[in-house]
Amino acid sequence: MSGPDPTGAQLGLPYDKVEKHVKPAWFDYFAPRTLEEALQILGDAGREGRVLAGGQSLMPMLNFRILSPAVVVDINRIEALNRLHAGTDGLTVGALVRHADLLRNPDVREGWPMLAEATTQVAHMAIRNRGTVCGSVSHNDPSAEHPSVLVTMDGTVVIAGTAGRRELPAEKFFTGMLSNALEPGEMVVELRYPRPPIGTGAAFVEFARRLGDFAIAGAAAMLTIRDGLCESARLTIVGMGEGPFRVHAAEEMLTKRRLGPKESQDAFAEAAAMVVRAVDPADDVHASSSYRRHLAGVMAVQALETALARTGGR
Amino acid sequence: MAREQRIQLIVNGRAYDKTVPVRLSLADFLRDHLHLTGTHLGCEHGVCGACTISMNGRSARSCLTLAVQADGADIITIEGLRAEDGTRHPMQQIFLENFALQCGYCTPGFLITAIELLRDNPNPTELEVREAISGNLCRCSGYQAIVDAILTAARKELA
Repeated sequence: MSGPDPTGAQLGLPYDKVEKHVKPAWFDYFAPRTLEEALQILGDAGREGRVLAGGQSLMPMLNFRILSPAVVVDINRIEALNRLHAGTDGLTVGALVRHADLLRNPDVREGWPMLAEATTQVAHMAIRNRGTVCGSVSHNDPSAEHPSVLVTMDGTVVIAGTAGRRELPAEKFFTGMLSNALEPGEMVVELRYPRPPIGTGAAFVEFARRLGDFAIAGAAAMLTIRDGLCESARLTIVGMGEGPFRVHAAEEMLTKRRLGPKESQDAFAEAAAMVVRAVDPADDVHASSSYRRHLAGVMAVQALETALARTGGR
Repeated sequence: MAREQRIQLIVNGRAYDKTVPVRLSLADFLRDHLHLTGTHLGCEHGVCGACTISMNGRSARSCLTLAVQADGADIITIEGLRAEDGTRHPMQQIFLENFALQCGYCTPGFLITAIELLRDNPNPTELEVREAISGNLCRCSGYQAIVDAILTAARKELA
């Protein structure tokens, strides 16, 4: 919305007495009960529409008026989006699945341990109770856990709009700082995580000054080992660039290498050096650029070592 | 238009039926409309944890929840912790005994968080307590007394 913000009295609402401290700009609020209705409202709103799920990223942005959408579509009453399903081929996480729901699910901990490990590091308990996985992915904060996990696990983003559904590989979804590939009127309805192949180990590590704070640096690693050789390697650095930052050079270097105890030490040191060369973090009040770069290498080694230990020694 | 909406909800066991502006936060609703001013507001963007309430049995930031989203919800605030006769909740009593508060501004959020922690994990380690309260900022107690209080509460409940 543009122009001066009308007060409650100007709109004929009797709230001026109790609306002195109001923070978000006015919006029209809809809480549809079906996805079809939600998509219709979002489609009509176009660029002026925003989806409200857990609200742990959107509400601060509304309170600060970083965003002032004309239409807010609250999807919390759409039961069909509250779907968390672990199948033989993969895990499906609907748009209303909260971080805490993942942590309470034994199938997730067993089949997708890196996802569970990363989720324990998402903010704080009260935020994990409300915030959604799809919301974190859509928001794409560069220091968030879920975008990097989704990219590392080669997941899929399922998008819906009035024109229908489409699927995007995770890497195509993230298009830069706090940006994604959604068109106006579209929303993320589901994420899919393939089941990791046999012989896979994965780990997510991050470093923050205080538990649950935005990570200064982090890393997600996934290794698949067959007959002592690294069949595939994925390494993503968190908190450095515009979003999930895959270090392709290190992945290629690790692929087909023998990763025994001695070899892995050398290989991971080499990978860390590649990470340090590849990232280009900015200075800020929390850490200098050179410290962040160094930390990215340390996180990469920690993630790779833990991932390797979890491959089951094949 | 969709700028105000009727909500029906339970707060501390009492049913309310109100019409509210859609942009009103649950925190402001509790404080300004229901006059339950025990829910404190520090940062109003989800960082400090002072406004933490229990919504349908789970802790939530009331500054990051719209009042309209609480339609149909069952909310517990700090005012709902003590018994009908005014007796303190055991966690309140233990906070008092352990000097786990000074100015008290953050305390409502800490109590809601601590009670949820012990419900989900009756025997937490010190690290688990510190992780659980990491989303609540206290600027005067220095946390140690709060951690002690929660661990004491866990031991008492197990005993």
